[in-house]
Amino acid sequence: MTTIESPRSGKISSGKIAPKYNRTGSSRGNFEMIAWLFMRLSGIVLVVLIFGHLFVNLLVGEGIHAIDFGFVAGKWADPFWQFWDLAMLWLAMLHGTNGVRTIINDYAEKDSTRFWLKMVLYAATLVIIILGTLVIFTFNPCPVVDGVQLPGGFCPAP
Amino acid sequence: MPTKPAGTLYRGREGMWSWVGHRITGVVIFFFLLVHVLDTSLVRVSPEAYTAVIGAYKNPLMALGETGLVAAIIFHAFNGLRVIAIDFWKKGAKYQRQMLWIVLALWLVTFAGFAIRHLSLALGGH
Repeated sequence: MTTIESPRSGKISSGKIAPKYNRTGSSRGNFEMIAWLFMRLSGIVLVVLIFGHLFVNLLVGEGIHAIDFGFVAGKWADPFWQFWDLAMLWLAMLHGTNGVRTIINDYAEKDSTRFWLKMVLYAATLVIIILGTLVIFTFNPCPVVDGVQLPGGFCPAP
Repeated sequence: MPTKPAGTLYRGREGMWSWVGHRITGVVIFFFLLVHVLDTSLVRVSPEAYTAVIGAYKNPLMALGETGLVAAIIFHAFNGLRVIAIDFWKKGAKYQRQMLWIVLALWLVTFAGFAIRHLSLALGGH
């Protein structure tokens, strides 16, 4: 007879309490339920955000040929697109990270392997979210280095 | 007792394969997302650095890659909505198979529209 292990996502560590008594009140709280719900809610929002992103950036006008520094500068001059891209960055990264976390839990059988894969994942997520957020909010359409304007920027006429 | 697990409603059928497809497309999209945030971050280095790296996205081989990526995104999006319907709609589980065929039909139409427009822009006339 094959025994089927309980899922490693949200596994109760002690294993002494029968699962039927463990629906709530474990040390993990209801994190897995919140994560499950987040995947569905963020998923709906991401369909709108990403389809909109692809449409505006790739299908309108000249499409991909129009994308350069000036294109990004034009979009981020508008708080609407700053917020759009910020929401897309955060939701997509958290949605993707939780998805990959589930996959690691499913396929990495060794405890230490699972732990380190997830640490690498969380580190990458943290770096990308912080970097992306900083880039959106500190973007400068007219970069100047040592008093000299960098070529390709959008600087006001002197 | 059979030596191999017998076929079920799930194993080897629409439910399983759509789950496999959802996982694979999800991982592909996630890794592209990491790269895409990094390449966009070059706007903070210099206008020329950004324009140079974005130029790489404009060659014909990359246009095919982008089309494949968008194929994955459209499937993941529509199949994700199907998963939500299975979980929250009373009859979702009963009609999951029919909903997969709807997903694939919508995928085909949306993807064809995108591919024609994107490839003719990316490959033609510049």
